[in-house]
Amino acid sequence: MATKKRPEHYGPAHIFYNDEEAQKYTTNTRMIEIQTEMTERAIELLNLPPDKPSLLLDLGCGSGLSGECLTDLGHSWIGIDISRSMLDIARERDVEGDTILGDMGEGICFRPGTFDGAISISALQWLCNADKKCHNPVKRVYHFFETLYASMKHGSRAIFQVYPENPQQLEMLTSQAIRAGFGGGVVVDYPNSTKAKKIFLCLFCGVTNISMPKARGTDVSQNQSVMFTQRNSRIHKRQKSIKKSRDWIEEKKERRRRQGKNVRSSTKYSGRKRKPHF
Amino acid sequence: MRVTRFLKMRLMTHNMLTSHVKGVTNGYPLILEATETNEKEIDFNPEFIAKMIPRIEWSALVNAMEKLGKADLIPEEVADEYENDEDFLHKAHHALLEIDVIKGNLVCPQSGRKFPISNGIPNMLLNEDEV
Repeated sequence: MATKKRPEHYGPAHIFYNDEEAQKYTTNTRMIEIQTEMTERAIELLNLPPDKPSLLLDLGCGSGLSGECLTDLGHSWIGIDISRSMLDIARERDVEGDTILGDMGEGICFRPGTFDGAISISALQWLCNADKKCHNPVKRVYHFFETLYASMKHGSRAIFQVYPENPQQLEMLTSQAIRAGFGGGVVVDYPNSTKAKKIFLCLFCGVTNISMPKARGTDVSQNQSVMFTQRNSRIHKRQKSIKKSRDWIEEKKERRRRQGKNVRSSTKYSGRKRKPHF
Repeated sequence: MRVTRFLKMRLMTHNMLTSHVKGVTNGYPLILEATETNEKEIDFNPEFIAKMIPRIEWSALVNAMEKLGKADLIPEEVADEYENDEDFLHKAHHALLEIDVIKGNLVCPQSGRKFPISNGIPNMLLNEDEV
């Protein structure tokens, strides 16, 4: 489980991401690494035409970490964020795209059919909170999706990396997106790992019958429901292998593989005892 | 040492922004009131510009350029075969990407609501009663 409290619980985004927090966020190399990785995955899911410059929308662009990835790939982008401190850092960092101070829940203020795609990294869960008395999260989420749908080109995609607090929240986001006209669903990368698990909401604008992109870290043969039955059956048998035995090592390796970690393949030497030395 | 360039709002972004105040039916184009602008060179990418032209409301761009007193830098109409018209694409590139608004206001044409631009960042946040 999470050891730290979720940042959404500390307060609204524009207050939580003050100067200090924004600076922390942008100088922390681990943050940068994770953000970059997730952005690259989101761009992959966007499925843009190769080698052509596109105009993208970055929702919750923050200090422009994700935007820099877009620039590196030759795309232009416009970013929206609610935190002025974050945008000020983006200015200091000299990012390529234009940035706008705005609240996603108030709607996307762009002309219809403007963008070739939209990405959003770790931002959407903030919309699920009511930070003011007048806020109604469901209404805000719907209004956001509705206006986003309008501002995107026909046939484009919007990819949201989210940290939902609970399954209900994800369900709410998906159902509101579908209500607003989007098609699509959820892609979960590395579902068996607590750390590497990443949830992407993939929304398609105006096209139906698209097969969902494949998630990473899963086998085709075993989807999640199968996984659960397997686990249950193992509990019933409850035959744990002897520690340090070859079977035990194999099981451990398999588990690590499912979590998307780099695991050495087994050889005839795996799990063997060393010769006694004099 | 890194040279810090001001973050900017380019005219391309202005061309795509609309007013989203509650009750406004025709919030486009936003009237541009610039008090501080900046120009800088950006690499010319004809493919990107040609792709953007159909999405640009040309009359709004001409209007914005007039407001900045640069109407002579831009043709009044989109050229017929703009994909191959190098001169036209260069002019469009300059108008769309190389002119930054740093300070000023965006004014909603219907309600007159002002969205201030400071440091090149337009503030599109609404008040509670405008959502």
